Amino acid sequence: MKKVKVSLTFPPSKVTFPLMTLLVRDFGLEVNILHADIHLNRTGKLIVELSGEEESIDKALQFINGQEIKYHLFNGMLTWQEEECVHCGACTSVCPSRALSMSAPDFYLTFNKEECLVCGLCIKACPLRLLHLAHRGNETA
Amino acid sequence: MLLALIAASESGSIGAIDMPVKTIDEINEKISEGKAVVVTAEEMIGIVEENGPKKAAQMVDVVTTGTFSPMCSSGAFINFGHSSPPIRMTRVWLNDVMAYAGIAAVDAYIGATELSESQGMAYGGAHVIEDFINGKDIRLYAESYGTDCYPRKSITTTINKYNVNQAYMFNPRNCYQNYAAATNSTDKTIYTYMGTLLPQFGNVTYCTSGQLSPLLNDPEYRTIGIGTRVFIGGAQGYVAFEGTQHNPGQERMPNGIPIGPAGTLALIGDMKKMSTSFVRAAIYEKYGTTLFVGVGIPIPILDEDMAVKTSVSDKDIYTNIVDKSGKTSFSQRVSYQELRSGFVTINNKKVPTAPLSSMVKAREIAQLLKMQVQKGEFLLTMPAEKLPQNAKPLNKLDVRGD
Ligand code: SF4
Ligand code: SF4
Repeated sequence: MKKVKVSLTFPPSKVTFPLMTLLVRDFGLEVNILHADIHLNRTGKLIVELSGEEESIDKALQFINGQEIKYHLFNGMLTWQEEECVHCGACTSVCPSRALSMSAPDFYLTFNKEECLVCGLCIKACPLRLLHLAHRGNETA
Repeated sequence: MLLALIAASESGSIGAIDMPVKTIDEINEKISEGKAVVVTAEEMIGIVEENGPKKAAQMVDVVTTGTFSPMCSSGAFINFGHSSPPIRMTRVWLNDVMAYAGIAAVDAYIGATELSESQGMAYGGAHVIEDFINGKDIRLYAESYGTDCYPRKSITTTINKYNVNQAYMFNPRNCYQNYAAATNSTDKTIYTYMGTLLPQFGNVTYCTSGQLSPLLNDPEYRTIGIGTRVFIGGAQGYVAFEGTQHNPGQERMPNGIPIGPAGTLALIGDMKKMSTSFVRAAIYEKYGTTLFVGVGIPIPILDEDMAVKTSVSDKDIYTNIVDKSGKTSFSQRVSYQELRSGFVTINNKKVPTAPLSSMVKAREIAQLLKMQVQKGEFLLTMPAEKLPQNAKPLNKLDVRGD
């Protein structure tokens, strides 16, 4: 069993393509949709977690490639230099999963690793450059 | 005639401002004796709610405010000292960032948004300022055409906060009194000084400390004016003048609070005494560099009116959300209470909101300033001159050349 996080970019012509159904039916994968931004006749984005046999995942990704749908595999993890953080909130504005969030009453930034999709969007949104991608197994880097 | 006057005074309509409860001198005396009652602008909300403004004005002497926001119109004057033989610097670079040298021989102004000539947006004037405050050595390279009295034509050296003569921050525009919130109507992500704005109204960003913000607690500039002593970047500084783009004529709510950008302050302060806890360099992706500046201003509670003004809360402060792509004239009015809730509704869609101005830091500054006033380390000032209350609308720069 293997688990991967993937972002999928659908061209406007493909947003109605039933990819998720095919991944479940034809490749025997379990699909967990983490984030979806799909509009009719516009470029759509999906972030999903796929679990299944390594071989099936590889085959599924090959299949996706043949469908003009772009995929990007997320690996690694996000690190946050908390002690330098000024809690401005800029990073929370782009985080699709709300792994980075702040709310009333204290407005301290919190980072919930479990919810992070490792999409990397927050990295350049932080004006102090305190968020970085580190590779798994190198978590202290 | 006399009867009319008495009637008017009884109904309280004589004179727009109530009789002062106390003067700044009296408040300073209390501060010096360690007897002043000082609270933050957030604490004041509850005090006025519980006791009413009249009693609150008698109870409280000073209300402290705070803000920690990116402020592009910031920079510093530095005098480097003379070399032997001397040079009249015509062009100056600090760590490869150009500083303006069209003033006297060894004076220069380093602006926060100037970018490094070797590193581009990864390092700018804001970073030079942060490094300087941190006590780091900064590489100075300067050129000149050489004169009879200043024969040297170039110099390479290092400077730092311990060896320069003066280094003072002079920020032409800080402390914007309210600001428009930003969103993006287009199909593409846009990168702005209001942060990264996601396509199709994907998010909303806003930038003020709201109920803690200095000019929102003195919306008609009764106590904050030219010469007012302020907390800036961890040091004590002053309001030097009205800030650039000061626009007191902005549309206002009945409570006097402007809706959108209005008053601004030009601030000055000794950069050698500042701390990077309250001044930080920032990079906005594909926009450039800017400087987070921490500012706090103490407001004397002279009378009931100032108690009312300093009790303002986020639910009473409104702004407009505007389309930063410039592609539509979209505008939607919201209160800061709504923005702070984390979501607003745009076109029937729930859109996440995010601040760019740090509440954590704003509170830290208001608390610190409160302690400084309580301990007698920070005295209040009467403005030497008032900020303009009315001004002509801002100039629109027409294109007149080709
Ligand atoms: S990488 Fe950053 S933006 Fe993406 S989900 Fe994780 S925290 Fe959020
Ligand atoms: S953008 Fe950077 S400094 Fe601001 S809250 Fe996020 S991590 Fe902290």
